[in-house]
Amino acid sequence: MFVTTLIAGLVLGGTYALVAMGLTLQYGISRIMNLAYGETIIAASFLAYALSSSFNINPLISLVLAAPLGFVFSYLIYGLMLRPLVARSKTAMALEIDSILATFGLLFVIQGVMLLMFGGNYISYSYMNFGVDIFGASVAANRLLALVLALALGGGLYLLLTRTLWGTALRAVAVAPSSAPLVGIDANRAVRLAFALGGALAACGGVVISMYQTFTATTGVVFTMKALIVVIMGGVGNLLGALSAGLILGLVETFVATYVSPGLTLAAVYLIFLGILLWRPSGLFGKARR
Amino acid sequence: MKRIATAAGLITLVAALASAPFFLDAYGLGLMMGLAGYVTLATAWALFSGPTGYVSLATVAFVGIGAYCVAALSEVLPYPLVLLIAAGIGLAVALVVGLSTLRLSGVYFVIFTFGLAELIRQLVTFYEINVTGTLGRYIFLGITPEQIYWQLLALGIVTMLLRWWIGRSRIGLALKVIGDDEVVASHVGIDIARTKLALFAISATIMTLVGAIQAPRWTYVEPAIVFNPTVSFLTLIMALLGGATRLWGPLLGAVPLFLLFEWLSANFPNHYSILLGLLFILIVFALPKGVLSFIEQMWGKAHRTDDSGARS
Amino acid sequence: MTNTSRRRALKTLSLSAILLCTTAGFSAIAQERTSVKIGYVVSKTGPNAGGAGITTIPNYVLWAKEVKDAGGLELPGGKRLPIEVIEYDDRSSAEEVVRATERLATQDKVDFILAPWGTGFNLAVAPLFDRFGYPQLAVSAVTDKAPQFVKRWKKSFWMLGGGHDYTEALAGVLTKAKAAGTINGKIAMISVADGFGIDLVTAARPSFKKAGLDVTYDVTYPAGTTDFTPMINEAAKGGADTFVAFSYPPETFAITQQAQVAKFNPKVMYLGVGTGFPVYGKNNGPNAEGIMSLGGIDPKNEANAAYRKRHEDVTGKAPDLWGSVITYASLQMLQEAIKRKGIDREAVSNELSTGSFKTVLGDTKMEDNQLRTLWFGGQWQNGQFVAIAPVDRPGATKPVLPKPAWQAK
Repeated sequence: MFVTTLIAGLVLGGTYALVAMGLTLQYGISRIMNLAYGETIIAASFLAYALSSSFNINPLISLVLAAPLGFVFSYLIYGLMLRPLVARSKTAMALEIDSILATFGLLFVIQGVMLLMFGGNYISYSYMNFGVDIFGASVAANRLLALVLALALGGGLYLLLTRTLWGTALRAVAVAPSSAPLVGIDANRAVRLAFALGGALAACGGVVISMYQTFTATTGVVFTMKALIVVIMGGVGNLLGALSAGLILGLVETFVATYVSPGLTLAAVYLIFLGILLWRPSGLFGKARR
Repeated sequence: MKRIATAAGLITLVAALASAPFFLDAYGLGLMMGLAGYVTLATAWALFSGPTGYVSLATVAFVGIGAYCVAALSEVLPYPLVLLIAAGIGLAVALVVGLSTLRLSGVYFVIFTFGLAELIRQLVTFYEINVTGTLGRYIFLGITPEQIYWQLLALGIVTMLLRWWIGRSRIGLALKVIGDDEVVASHVGIDIARTKLALFAISATIMTLVGAIQAPRWTYVEPAIVFNPTVSFLTLIMALLGGATRLWGPLLGAVPLFLLFEWLSANFPNHYSILLGLLFILIVFALPKGVLSFIEQMWGKAHRTDDSGARS
Repeated sequence: MTNTSRRRALKTLSLSAILLCTTAGFSAIAQERTSVKIGYVVSKTGPNAGGAGITTIPNYVLWAKEVKDAGGLELPGGKRLPIEVIEYDDRSSAEEVVRATERLATQDKVDFILAPWGTGFNLAVAPLFDRFGYPQLAVSAVTDKAPQFVKRWKKSFWMLGGGHDYTEALAGVLTKAKAAGTINGKIAMISVADGFGIDLVTAARPSFKKAGLDVTYDVTYPAGTTDFTPMINEAAKGGADTFVAFSYPPETFAITQQAQVAKFNPKVMYLGVGTGFPVYGKNNGPNAEGIMSLGGIDPKNEANAAYRKRHEDVTGKAPDLWGSVITYASLQMLQEAIKRKGIDREAVSNELSTGSFKTVLGDTKMEDNQLRTLWFGGQWQNGQFVAIAPVDRPGATKPVLPKPAWQAK
């Protein structure tokens, strides 16, 4: 029983981690509080659904399509909309406010476009919905895919950020955006790439999630808020933090549902989140910074 | 002389606002009620978040607490007492939350407050289902829309006066220092923790009262309705857009935005989202320093030397 | 106060005065009647849009188109007036639905207002319908308190029954199956912590108890839950072979998928809203067979079949098999009442309350302002969601139990 619960929790946590990873890049490195993040996820979900239902295209192929689309889309958004705001803002606080207001607008635009194209209905299809046996627990293959993808992307990007020159540059920009140019780093290009990469991750997440979760044109906000909680709990900009925070939340939810009461799962999630913040005000892996 | 003119002007405005229900139909009154509610919320929000720079998403937590108090108690206790109890509970929750969040800053505070609002919603839901055995509650009070409006208006005026008074008092000065630099503030002997806590508590109590006063308008109350996170976001956006550090800023953010929402939803029900989003982006680009500053510029005489000016 | 800030205060003041006047200017000027104005406020966006988008909006659209195609609404004496439809989006906010309804009543001065979607929203606007004298045909609202509401708001009509109607019907089906030895009479039950789920589960407990059925697992979960693995595992443990979930569509879909993954094969599986969506049958194919839920249709009812075909032709999608047809019937009743009594709202309300009507439901008549001839239980059989309860109502199909085991896809 315990093992079953543990595995179910890890699998659920995999979805949360997958959803949060792009946001931690966008917020941690590019310093953009992107409220339209969840809309990118849902847009990718719609893409997978539309391709699957109209052209019978395998969602796994959509996954390969969605990632570069998410990248290009976010790249353009950053260049057209966010870059001018970054350029004009004098303080981090001003940028924060501007990016909240601007991406709040973007959220509505993307949502409105999706409403016009697909209407407000529930969208649901299923793909890879068969059980995979792991230590006696039957796990849905599509959810397992989310966990595997979260681990692979999280681990891969972590290596990329810590072991390559390009990654080091990105981290330098995240820590000290104003000093990075002094050592020859093109900060603008770096943050734009990080933002675009975050978009690509969001799109991947959207395609995988659409295989097992019902969504509508307006559910993006739910994902944004869940992702924000995971990101903040893990420590802003920290991929391993997002990964572990996601898994912790999944485990909390599943264990509470099994051993306490399913009615308290979300309450427990928020309680753990608030508790961790009170214990470590900059998140699990975050470093206090002013 | 000028002071008298200002005071006379303000009194006339208040009188005009107070007599609005005699001229307006139900819809106009509904609009004014929504306006009064959001102006009060945004002003109360800015009371704490403006000077300290702490962006709070807990607004709806307090609004919801207020509404639920009315729903739970209005059948057994007289209405004024219910309002008092609601305010008391809001204050108590605010003190607990304020005490526990003093260490948090920046976005950690933002998301903490969001999590808090959701936690309270979940706990209320769980309590209702497992203890009282129902979810929705009915409010059948004989309170007319006019009465709701007058109460909101009065609360809004009190909030504005409070903010004006705090801005002129010692606390206001202390807050300016805190907002500029907390380290400096603590060095000059300002008790940062107590000042922040006091403001947070006052602001939260006002929000609780807004929720309590508005509740009779809905007849039926359930967590999904009164803990709708949109309220927190709208309040924040309105105050930020108007200029959260200024006395009239939240009002000048709330009024045009509220009317804009209303106009868009009345005329473009199917393209509301897209138009709203585009307008938002446009506003951010066109009014980099908030509505109030923009208006001042439009008047062509921007004297911003006596004030800290732009949001920082 | 310095000179400048005082001047600024005055400016702000005058500006707020201007804005105030703009507010007042919103008041539209009354227009000459050339048509019948029909208005509605419904959740086109937000969390409620998924439900409103299938049960309410398409039927309003379909009906408006049919009235237009017929040359308008018929009034007493055979004269027809074209209809003008005014629609607003409440964005799933209670505040918005109230204000937009006020806008319809006092600004647009519409002749009739169609009901919004959802129990909470119908209750939120009920005092307004009452104050402005509009009949309210509340369809997507399941409530056991309808008899009290009818007393409070005389022109309100409640058309989807109460929670106990559905749970009594389910208990009836289960009792029979238990007597036949098909099931062991033990029930595992989960419900969404939202108005609908709680209303049904609080009605279900006494219904099951009275019927001598044993509830072994009874929990609620928060709306928005996506993972049901722990609950399915727990439900399977207690020895219950009946699984009941009073769920919303996203959860109904998720439970169906996850029960298959967990190879959880109860003999009776009863799920909530969403089971009666055509897409449910389409997505689950043979695995939908035997699953029960609220609502259902009589496959031999020709009026209903014709309605579903028109619905699909006009709106591009099939209606759900529970609330949609009632929504449409409520509009037919309104249309017929107007034909008999004109646009006098008082008379139309009386007619709705006392008259009998021919609708897609057959002969329809309100009892104490409530629609009581409803299908309270249905089951997927051979690709159709057929009505199985009340068992004694003509047109009911016999339930097929136990539910066949999941098929591997």
